[in-house]
Amino acid sequence: MSLFDHKVSELHQLLHKKEITVTDLVSESYKRIGEVEDKVQAFLTLDEERARQAAKKMDEKIGTDEAKGLLFGMPIGVKDNIVTKGLRTTSASKILENFDPIYDATVASKLHNAETITIGKLNMDEFAMGSSNENSGFQVTRNPWNLERVPGGSSGGSAASVAAGEVLFSLGSDTGGSIRQPASYCGVVGLKPTYGRVSRFGLIAFASSLDQIGPITRTVEDNAYLLQAISGVDPMDSTSANVDVPSYAESLTGDVKGLRIAVPKEYLAEGVNEEVRQSVLDALKVLGKLGATWEEVSLPHSKYALATYYLLSSSEASANLARFDGVRYGYRTPDPENLIDLYKKTRAEGFGDEVKRRIMLGTFALSSGYYDAYYKKAQKVRTLIKQDFENVFEKYDVIIGPTAPTPAFKIGENTSDPLTMYANDILTIPVNLAGVPGISVPCGFSDGLPLGLQIIGKHFDESTVYRVAHAFEQATEFHKQKPGL
Amino acid sequence: MSRISIDQVKHVAHLARLAMTEEEAVAYTEQLDKMISFAELLNELDADNVEPTSHVLDMKNVMREDKANKGLPQDEVLKNAPEHQDGYIKVPSIIE
Repeated sequence: MSLFDHKVSELHQLLHKKEITVTDLVSESYKRIGEVEDKVQAFLTLDEERARQAAKKMDEKIGTDEAKGLLFGMPIGVKDNIVTKGLRTTSASKILENFDPIYDATVASKLHNAETITIGKLNMDEFAMGSSNENSGFQVTRNPWNLERVPGGSSGGSAASVAAGEVLFSLGSDTGGSIRQPASYCGVVGLKPTYGRVSRFGLIAFASSLDQIGPITRTVEDNAYLLQAISGVDPMDSTSANVDVPSYAESLTGDVKGLRIAVPKEYLAEGVNEEVRQSVLDALKVLGKLGATWEEVSLPHSKYALATYYLLSSSEASANLARFDGVRYGYRTPDPENLIDLYKKTRAEGFGDEVKRRIMLGTFALSSGYYDAYYKKAQKVRTLIKQDFENVFEKYDVIIGPTAPTPAFKIGENTSDPLTMYANDILTIPVNLAGVPGISVPCGFSDGLPLGLQIIGKHFDESTVYRVAHAFEQATEFHKQKPGL
Repeated sequence: MSRISIDQVKHVAHLARLAMTEEEAVAYTEQLDKMISFAELLNELDADNVEPTSHVLDMKNVMREDKANKGLPQDEVLKNAPEHQDGYIKVPSIIE
């Protein structure tokens, strides 16, 4: 039994009663990392010395008012595109291999205020571009349930580290499914908040109109607590929303009587694996028994979401990644002929293939003569996709479907054709385009690989998403299973 | 018909400030052609009268108080610069 089999609220009680110490929690992390990390390879950087020192200091506060915070002393892993002062942050790119941030992302400051302990930085696809972690510039993280399979991506390290018991919980980021899809593949709980709910200040930008930071945890309850700690408007991010942050834990009532669920027929259509489909239908039965009702609906523009997403996210990325030019920070080519040559060689040598491919697509879509046909057209279709969701949410409280069309695929299986890889995100991408919140919770297994149920809510209604996810989780046993590493 | 020519790919690579070998240009031409063909699925839709969405939330002109804040310390900022001298970041000469 691992200490991390306990929920945050239970560990908090154990600390309070002095049955465990913060040092015990931190030791649990590094002990487990010592046991399984050579197989899982979730971490790019560990911060053991500082974590142990912090734990020692915090142990002196146990039993006092200073240790009252619920997250006090809880070991966390942080995705490597979130800048952490004095702790190497690479976004899994060679171009930032030795980057040492000089300030904290807002979420990192908030974690600091909540007194969690950062165990290390987690692997991902380079600049969050990918669905498998195979695009990392450094290593391929493996799925703890089956080491031949991918953990999903781009927050693959964040999901795998939680599933493997290396940390209690973690932060990821989600631009087109990058929290929910790996959560589904690794059998953990991952939430993409409403766009604007969590500050993006200090998140190394991929596609600024889509990116959101969110929590990955073992349970829905822990997820709600972690989101609580990182939510809220931030003067450093003008796209963060000045909207009240409710107490998410209060929504965890288990009561879904009278809840109206919409099930888009497009989300159970061709291309969705039969076992995945069945797991969603079974989940609807569980929620039905608890008093919810469901009906089939249509999100008619779903089939356009993938193309819309790749045009918009690549266009935004081509602008955001212009900052990596070898001048102010990061890698610089050793022998440039002149300044333009410095830019070109630095970027050609520093970025991986997938990142370059998307910069090329984005630059093309924004270039003179093509802007209206590609970029602007995609922005218009985005409006139609957003309206699909608004129409459904006039009559329903949540939308439910699978998180991903299949369980975790084999390492190397989808690397030859970028378009096949992209199809993995077909059920998560529309949620980012509409800006609404979505969660993935464990809902079954296929050949020993976890499956995820996606629950999508209205703008800023994470509370209802959590209420449904929690009710489902409490009525099922899937979240109690652990990988046999 | 090909949607993008190798010359266009080289032009885009220049705009994106990416050095590219001839071999890479050939490969990118093929890959971008596939991706652009895929994106042309959107042509099925008539969206002429639809307003574009650049941002999902209804926010405009987010202002803050006009008050100066401290910037980052110079020695800290220079810490990550590949090359610097006398407090400046150094690049190859741009004037002959």
